[in-house]
Amino acid sequence: MSGALIEIRDLNKKYALSSSFFSSQKRIIHAVKDIDLQIFKGETLGMVGESGCGKSTLARLITRLEEPSSGCISFKGENVFLYDRKALKSYRRSVQIIFQDTYSSLNPRKSALSTIKEPLLIHHLNGKKERKEKALEIMARVGLKKEQADRYSHEFSGGQRQRIGIARALVLNPELIVADEPVSSLDVSIQAQILNLLKDLKKDYKLTYLFISHDLNVVRYISDRVAVMYLGKIVELAQNNDIYNRPLHPYTRMLLAAVPSCNPEKKKEKINIKGEASAENKKGCPFQNRCSYMAEICGEVEPHLEKFDEHSFCACHMTGKI
Amino acid sequence: MSLLLEIKNLRTAFDTTQGRINAVDGVSLKVNAGETMGIVGESGCGKTMLALSIMRLVPANGKIISGEIFFSGKDLLKLSEEEMRAVRGSEISMVFQEPMTSLNPVFRVGEQIAEAIRLHQHLPAKQAMELSIKQLREVGIPDPQKRAMDYPHNFSGGMRQRVMIAMAMSCHPRLMLADEPTTALDVTIQAQILDLISELKLKNKMAVILITHDLGVVAQTAQKLAVMYAGKIVESSAVEKIFENPLHPYTQGLLESVPARCLKSMGRGEYLKTIPGSVPGLYDFVQGCRFHDRCSYVFEECVGKEPPFLEVEPGHFVSCWKYNAG
Repeated sequence: MSGALIEIRDLNKKYALSSSFFSSQKRIIHAVKDIDLQIFKGETLGMVGESGCGKSTLARLITRLEEPSSGCISFKGENVFLYDRKALKSYRRSVQIIFQDTYSSLNPRKSALSTIKEPLLIHHLNGKKERKEKALEIMARVGLKKEQADRYSHEFSGGQRQRIGIARALVLNPELIVADEPVSSLDVSIQAQILNLLKDLKKDYKLTYLFISHDLNVVRYISDRVAVMYLGKIVELAQNNDIYNRPLHPYTRMLLAAVPSCNPEKKKEKINIKGEASAENKKGCPFQNRCSYMAEICGEVEPHLEKFDEHSFCACHMTGKI
Repeated sequence: MSLLLEIKNLRTAFDTTQGRINAVDGVSLKVNAGETMGIVGESGCGKTMLALSIMRLVPANGKIISGEIFFSGKDLLKLSEEEMRAVRGSEISMVFQEPMTSLNPVFRVGEQIAEAIRLHQHLPAKQAMELSIKQLREVGIPDPQKRAMDYPHNFSGGMRQRVMIAMAMSCHPRLMLADEPTTALDVTIQAQILDLISELKLKNKMAVILITHDLGVVAQTAQKLAVMYAGKIVESSAVEKIFENPLHPYTQGLLESVPARCLKSMGRGEYLKTIPGSVPGLYDFVQGCRFHDRCSYVFEECVGKEPPFLEVEPGHFVSCWKYNAG
């Protein structure tokens, strides 16, 4: 495959929960289910889904913070779960993560500068002076002032803390940045600043993004391709415009219809959004209890992600018929 | 429409070691019976404190220092604590952002709703419980008889918010304060809850004050809108008017920075417009117009004097020197 930076094949992650305090019986949560996905060099792949759909687990698997139950992830053709210590360390240089919670993801005892310097220290890069220079350079690039270098994280606002998080991810010159809800905890006016910054950085540093968010509009703004997840599975994968102009999966349609429009003149036509995502292991399509297009087959056979046209994939028995 | 709530020049302040902070600073507001008023603002702008001031539930280190809050004719700030308690929950009720922390984890939800009914309507326990089950059915909880016996942790986030709404509705209030009622919920569940609030509002002819940071939510549910910035209302009008023709530079910036609004007119590779700077913290409200350090139209007046809140078009109020020259 040309250009695939990350190739995910048949990836599964299950967690065992004990069902109650007194029972030894285990409940299995299938957080990530049969995922096949490629992330191409230089693209921004948006990942949307509601809470509990497994998007963060996928991020943690890709960054190797979590071991899979089965399946593999290849980085430039090599399985990342078979890496030895040394190879893993260099993988971690190439793949960095930005977290949602800007408060808990920064060490309160470290100044902005030492937070940004730390990755360089861990990877034994450059000399002491060069490390400082490099960190200051990145700080300036993400829009932090030199005077702020010695401040601690509580002295920054949420937007500025996220800038520190971005600088820390950037300082190792990674190839892939996994951004897990990077703007969800920010105010609207600040959110736009950070989105624009991420867009700029991508161009300057030739980055690839996996951009995870629950906000469809944010994903629409930043992504080239979009994957929609529902209960651990990718249910639709397509080019950005196609997802929004021609959603294939009933769940994608529901999500799009649920986003309140910012135009008060256009009161949304009443669409029927029923039910909630339930993780019970039922036969057939996981979306069947909320779907208004349900056919007989949906209760029997679980649909898999199938090709619809050149760039679009959809996991629905009714694709193209609805 | 008759006037239900009128707030005049309300100031709520906190005394801290670093001096006095006016979290709500001279807010005036009118809400008619049966209408939904959206209050939009970013974190720390005082929108929650405004709601808590109306309920007279300001945290202990804070105080309402001046102003009047007329609720169907009587000044809430002049009521005794006991009289106020009769108003809370029965005439004005509140729904909070995080349903898990606002429900008591050790009581069954049916009992928690029944408690409110017992206290305000002085009904015997059994009757209160029946009403509580009826309320749960009203808000669309399936199998309410059985679910009333469950504890809050047995419910999903969306269902918990329905329980909160059932509780808030249990005494048929004339005004509901909803403070970010859907922020913690997924979009599809958010849509369900917003529909439910609108439906109950129509049915019970109740007014709603909807506090949110999400402009889409207000656009879809509110009739009137007030935009708050740094403790003050900077613009207020009918929702359509503000979305069509925002007057205050902050409102303009806010609307332009929302991806949802501008994506359709944007080409690829174009950037979102942003408001420079950051949302002011409580300690660093600037002198003069509080927005002047982020505003692109600053005049001399803006730095020195606070702009008055004036009606520049019928029903459209704005607090900005730009509209004050002539």
